[in-house]
This record gives sequence, structure tokens and C-alpha cells, in this order.
Amino acid sequence: MSTAATASTLKGARLPKWSPYAIAAGSVALGLGISFAAGLESSIQWALIAGLLFVLGTYVIAARVEGRRQAKDRIATSLVWVAFLLAVVPLVSLVWSTVSRGLKVLDFYFLSHSMGLVADSEPGGGIYHAILGSLEQVALATVIAAPIGVLTAIYLVEYGRGRLAKAVTFFVDVMTGIPSIVAGLFILSIMLMFDMEPFGFAGSLALAILMMPVVVRSTEEMLKLVPNELREASLALGIPKWRTILKVVIPTSIGGITTGIMLAVARIAGETAPVLLLVWGNSLINANPFEGAQQSLPLYIYQQYANSAGAGAAYDRAWAASLTLIAFVMILNLVARGIARWKAPKTGR
Amino acid sequence: MAKRIDVSGLTAYYGSHKAIEDISMTVEPRSVTAFIGPSGCGKSTFLRTLNRMHEVTSGGRVEGKVLLDDEDLYGQGIDPVSVRREVGMVFQRPNPFPTMSIFDNVAAGLRLNGSYKKSELTDVVEKSLKGANLWNEVKDRLNKPGSGLSGGQQQRLCIARAIAVEPKVLLMDEPCSALDPISTLAIEDLIGELKERFTIVIVTHNMQQAARVSDRTAFFNLAAVGQPGKLIEIDETERIFSNPSVQATEDYISGRFG
Repeated sequence: MSTAATASTLKGARLPKWSPYAIAAGSVALGLGISFAAGLESSIQWALIAGLLFVLGTYVIAARVEGRRQAKDRIATSLVWVAFLLAVVPLVSLVWSTVSRGLKVLDFYFLSHSMGLVADSEPGGGIYHAILGSLEQVALATVIAAPIGVLTAIYLVEYGRGRLAKAVTFFVDVMTGIPSIVAGLFILSIMLMFDMEPFGFAGSLALAILMMPVVVRSTEEMLKLVPNELREASLALGIPKWRTILKVVIPTSIGGITTGIMLAVARIAGETAPVLLLVWGNSLINANPFEGAQQSLPLYIYQQYANSAGAGAAYDRAWAASLTLIAFVMILNLVARGIARWKAPKTGR
Repeated sequence: MAKRIDVSGLTAYYGSHKAIEDISMTVEPRSVTAFIGPSGCGKSTFLRTLNRMHEVTSGGRVEGKVLLDDEDLYGQGIDPVSVRREVGMVFQRPNPFPTMSIFDNVAAGLRLNGSYKKSELTDVVEKSLKGANLWNEVKDRLNKPGSGLSGGQQQRLCIARAIAVEPKVLLMDEPCSALDPISTLAIEDLIGELKERFTIVIVTHNMQQAARVSDRTAFFNLAAVGQPGKLIEIDETERIFSNPSVQATEDYISGRFG
């Protein structure tokens, strides 16, 4: 038996499974050591040094033990990891600072009371009026923008031919690039023509302008994903085109369409500039979006921060409102994912 | 019930490209007609002109006449939707509606064409699934999604869906090319049964299949790539496979083509 004597041509030297972790730990230690020795104080610096050492170390070690091809493979893997960490660090630190500072004053009282007559520099008060205003303005904007956006996308994908479709696509692209302040100014100019006071619905109109192109784009992509075979199968049954779209195309893509709308809602929920111009802000509860100034969450955050002249209580409220806004957007995203999963075409047996 | 198709001088285009040229033939009611020929020769295009599905493709247009029992499908005032209710179609790849259950898939044609009572629908669905030899396999799971069936079952589901609206003619575009031999056999048997009630036209690349299922066979060919496809000959299947009148047909059938 000479199995031991014949070396396998398929086997090569391999680094042990734990080696990437060991190299990572080593480069972190080395990075800390170097920055300590050099007297660098910023934590960004040692992390960058560690990242660089990790990529280089992986390459050198892998090249010596495993060979050049495997080393290239490992350098790609380690670059992806470093890039991932670089992307995640700001996110985690943002969430961490918002949560840690926002929880200070966030309680049921804060969520269920308005600012009322509490001065910006004093503690107390809440964001009930801002939540109410945000919900109403965003809901009205969605009611306007979602149907128009979805119908436009249906036109573009199912019917659009020739010049009109190209023009619509072009203007949707242009709309995507409209800065939110410009949308606000556009509505403001109309308001000034009719001598109107700020009110919530004006903000909704500006938000709808910002939301529409996002809905059109995402819905368009979702409708394009519906296989043509399904449309043909339906048409071949003698089903009219409009019913084919309504009963076959849209149900097949409804999950993606709702996700797109929810993401667009999340986007406009954080808009401040048009709301500042058109809704004005209000420290009292105003449940009527069609008359009088209203409050909204992003505007509340801005005003607490800008008008308080460094008062700690106002900063705390701004952070707590930020946390509420992030939570609101998170919940919307989760709902969207839930709907997408629930409505996705089923494949079970 | 089944209707006769008379095609005369039919030419179809994709934009400026002429896909098939000057095709004339008669398809007898209650018979199976098979179309054979090399890829790209326009068999499928021709099939799709028979229920006005050709014009669904962008740039698709047609010249010539297609008579369905003396009524021109391309005549003035003809509604393509009504044409497709009379001339049903089964596609190459099984394409059940993914959001619908097996029951809803079969009922789709009726339900989306107008209002039907639940009891009527149940009857039609059972009859159609039995007609497609699928009833015994799915009767206990009519509410499960259609996409959970095997490929062969899905294709029979599509046939059930097509015959549920009681068309006069059934067009099949390579219905077995994505299926294994056992499912193919099941569908070929089904074609034999369906021809009692419908006029059937089937496109196939499988010459044994054409020989097995069809009464008449049409051979299509194209002079060169980029040239329009033409009908070379149409005759009794036995004649085509034993003693065709055109040399090109014999070459194609005996595998001496190209």
C-alpha cells in the first residue's frame, strides 16, 4: 500500500479555520500598541491602522503558507469585511448615541403631551403634537402620491410607448433630483399668491412632490419583474388587458409595490425643510391639517435644537424626538417587510 | 363547438422584420395539426397570429386573412379579446398564476371574464381538471398554490385553465419541450382525448411527437437566417413522414438537414 507515499495533487497547505480571527485580533492589538506608542488619541486612527494591518497581514501570511491565488482570495474576503465594518460603525454609533441620549426623557408623558406653554429652555413638555402632525402630513402626502405614482408606473410599464412615455420617464428622473427645499418653495409661492397662512396640508403637498418619483421608480421596477409569460397566459384566456393588470400583474408584484411605498414614506417622514416653510411649527396641539400651523417630528427636533440657546432640557427633548422618529421609520420598514413576505407568491406544496 | 381555420396569404412582421411570408392553409375542426420545422422558421409566430397574440409583442403586425368558420379574425371591428376566448393557447413553459391557488388558476378565465356563481365555478373547475387528467392528483389540495405542482402537472393545469373557458380551438406552443418523457406521454394522451372536442394546433420540435399525435403535419422552413419563414408543405401526417412531396421536408425529417 503506497497511499502515504503518493502526495495528493488536489491538496495544498491550508491555513487553519481560526486564522482570520487570530490575524484580526493580532492587528487590533498591534494597532492599539502603535497608536499608544505614537501618542495618537483618536480611536479612528488605531482602528484604521488595525484595518490596514489586517488586510496586509492576511495577504502576507496566506501568500507564504497557501500560495498566491489563495492569498488573493483571502485579501478580497478581508477587504469585504473591513468595508462592512467601516459601513456599520457609523450606523451603530448613530443608533447608540440616539438611544442613549434619547431615553433620558422618553416616557409615556413625553409621548402623550404637547409642549403647551413650556418654554424651550425649561424641562417638561412632550411631542404629542409633533407625532400627530407628522402622521397627518405624511398620511395625506401618501394618499396623494402613492396612487398617482403607482398609476404612472403602470402606464410606463404596461401602456407607455413612444414620446409621451419617454417624456414621463424624463420628468420623473428630474423630479427625483428636486431638493426638498425647492419643493417647499414651489408650494410656498402658490400659497403666497393666494395669501394663505401656513397649514399642514401645504406641507403634505410638498412631501407628495418628493414622494411621487420614488414611488414611480420602485413600482416600475417591481412591475418589470413580473414575467411576460403571465401577462400572455392571461391575455390568451381572453381576459382584457386592464383586468390582466388588475388581477394578475399587480397581485404578483403587490409585495414589492408596498415595500416601495413604505420606503418612500420613510423618506418623507424625515423631511424638515418644506415643513419649516409651509407648516411653520406650533407648540400647541392642532389636529386639523387644513387650518393653522402644525408641528412635525423633524421640525420639532430642529426647533428644539436651534431655539433653545444651549438649554439641556431642549437637547434632551430633541434626542428623544429623534429616537421616536427613527423608531417610527423602523416600524414602517418592518411592516413593509411583513407585507412583502405575506403577499409574496407562495411556492409551498 | 370546434371550428375550422382558413388562413390565406398571411404575412407577419416584427417591426420592419418580416418573420413569416404568404402562408395559406386550412386546419380541419376536431383534428390535430402539427407544425414542425427548424428553430426561427416562424412556427410559433404563425401560431400566435391565429389568436392575435402576435400583436401583443411590440411592433408585431399582420397582413392577410385568418378565417375562423368564415369570420376574419383580422376584419374590421373584431375584438382581439373575444378572439382569444374562442382560440385558447398553451405555452412552452408552464405558467400558472403564482398568486392563485389551483382552483383559482382554473377558474381565472371565467372569473376574470365576468361574474360566475361559486357552484357553477366548482363544476367547471372539476370538469376542466378531469378533462386535463389532473383531477385525481389535485382534488385534495385545490386551495394550494399552483406553483407547488411538478412541471408536468403545472402544464396540465395550464391546459385545464385553457379549456375551462370552452374555446373552439386550442393552440399549443411546444407544450412538452420542458417536460420529462412520462409527463410528455400524459399530455400526448390528453391531446388525443381533447381532439374530440377542440380543433388543436401544436408546434413541436419532436418529430416522433408530431407523428404520434397529429392527423396532419405542416413543415415550415426558411431560406436563410434573416429571411422570412415559409410554409413548405402541409399534408396527412402519414404522407409527410413516409413520402413527402418536397425534398426539403424529407431532408429535415430524416435528419439530413443543414
